[in-house]
Amino acid sequence: MINIFEVNETNEMIEQENLDVRTITMGISLLDCIDSNLDKMNRKIYDKITSTARNLLPVGREIEREYGIPIVNKRISVTPIALIGGSACKTVDDFVSIADTLDRAAKKVGVNFLGGYSALVSKGMTPADELLIRSIPMALAKTDRVCSSVNLGSTKTGINMDAVRLLGETVKKTSELTKDVDCIGCAKLVVFCNAPDDNPFMAGAFHGVTEPDVVINVGVSGPGVVKHALEKVRGESFEVLCETIKKTAFKVTRVGQLVAQEASRRLNVPFGIIDLSLAPTPAVGDSVADILEEIGVEHAGAPGTTAALALLNDQVKKGGVMASSYVGGLSGAFIPVSEDAGMIRAALAGALTLEKLEAMTCVCSVGLDMIAIPGDTSAATISGIIADEMALGMVNQKTTAVRLIPAIGKKVGDSVEFGGLLGGAPVMPVNPFSCESFIGRTGRIPAPVHSFKN
Amino acid sequence: MKKTIITVTGRDTVGIIARVCNYLAEENVNIEDISQTILQGYFHMMMIADTSASKKDVGDLAEDLDQIGKEIGVSIHCQHEDIFDMMHRI
Repeated sequence: MINIFEVNETNEMIEQENLDVRTITMGISLLDCIDSNLDKMNRKIYDKITSTARNLLPVGREIEREYGIPIVNKRISVTPIALIGGSACKTVDDFVSIADTLDRAAKKVGVNFLGGYSALVSKGMTPADELLIRSIPMALAKTDRVCSSVNLGSTKTGINMDAVRLLGETVKKTSELTKDVDCIGCAKLVVFCNAPDDNPFMAGAFHGVTEPDVVINVGVSGPGVVKHALEKVRGESFEVLCETIKKTAFKVTRVGQLVAQEASRRLNVPFGIIDLSLAPTPAVGDSVADILEEIGVEHAGAPGTTAALALLNDQVKKGGVMASSYVGGLSGAFIPVSEDAGMIRAALAGALTLEKLEAMTCVCSVGLDMIAIPGDTSAATISGIIADEMALGMVNQKTTAVRLIPAIGKKVGDSVEFGGLLGGAPVMPVNPFSCESFIGRTGRIPAPVHSFKN
Repeated sequence: MKKTIITVTGRDTVGIIARVCNYLAEENVNIEDISQTILQGYFHMMMIADTSASKKDVGDLAEDLDQIGKEIGVSIHCQHEDIFDMMHRI
């Protein structure tokens, strides 16, 4: 039987260390909504989402109340819209009308984000893919809750450099269209290499075509819990350090597993995966950078940071995989800058640079995330940064991503403020040298030799 | 039947257990076990309860108990035992 100390430990994690379930994300396939008539298709999409997800919020609240565990976000991911809109959408505005439908559906069911305004173009773009990508700036400017992602490369296909070039321009334009609201459009746009089909976290969530009609994926969190556990083993050996992270990750993931099972049972929707991620929020005590400091670096970004992060990421997975039979999504420590108080502190102290962040993304999920850069950064330079990050993912057979915010009208030393879970970020310097001629080349980068495994 | 765990944490004063037990009796909740301890100067009590005969579900009981806790200046939680079992038992 459970004893009072175990009960206290769990409740302290929830009350004082920010233990929560970060998101229950319902994946919904829209493949059966495809129609050559745009209005008809928009109606079908709205109806399918609002009927399928109508109980998502009430069930989420029920679970929160009965188990006393906060579930921070309830979200929806849908089939990449480039696949759905292909036959009906002939113009950019046609695609934007779908974004508008998704936004209305998200508001109707009460979810705070809906992901899947996406295209998968790792090897090439169909006309519909290209049209969707060109519609992203307008779609993100006109909607509040729609998130967009584009998969630009994979280990199996190489990197689609035409799409990388286009996305550099798209990011810039998205920023310009939302410059009155601190360029928030870019916080809702992420590009990937090796994008997973079952990621529950925004902005990159979409419901892959290999998924069932409807599915429940759950993202857990708990940087504060890990930090607190590590405070008790200060100065101990690596073995003790790793053991502590592993045990904590197991406990955190078990809560996610329970919530996933319950949500799946009550909604009568199959359970997909648990995403084992340490996802920070801007709240004090909910920071991945704080864990790195606790492990022993003065600030995130100091020498030793990459090794500390590699260790952290690995132990979180080792503890988490035993807690759930189905692990997927991104699964690793997130290192967004704006959403993590410790990262912001490190950036302001000058300890953290874009280049160090790039190195850190080699050993964790997911990439250069929520980083504000000067507004006058050229589209080609943004494409160059994206290409570098895609190359890391392609060669290391892992998911990598880029979510940059060119802060229009701002320079290094200024900052952007989004509020809420998205936080705020200091504008970080970008290497000033040009990659114009590199990005100007057409075609794609071939798949690396180690992808030929058959 | 799944059990419900009720915990009370706060400064020790007269009548905490009485108040909680009275409420549970009114709601037809059976208390199967009570343990208490003082941790770092704070009063901690844990009850294992069977709520199957109560008209209210665990969520409603949790809300009422939270309110009672606020009135008497302690923190009261009421949760399904599953969350503790999942976390602390393999």
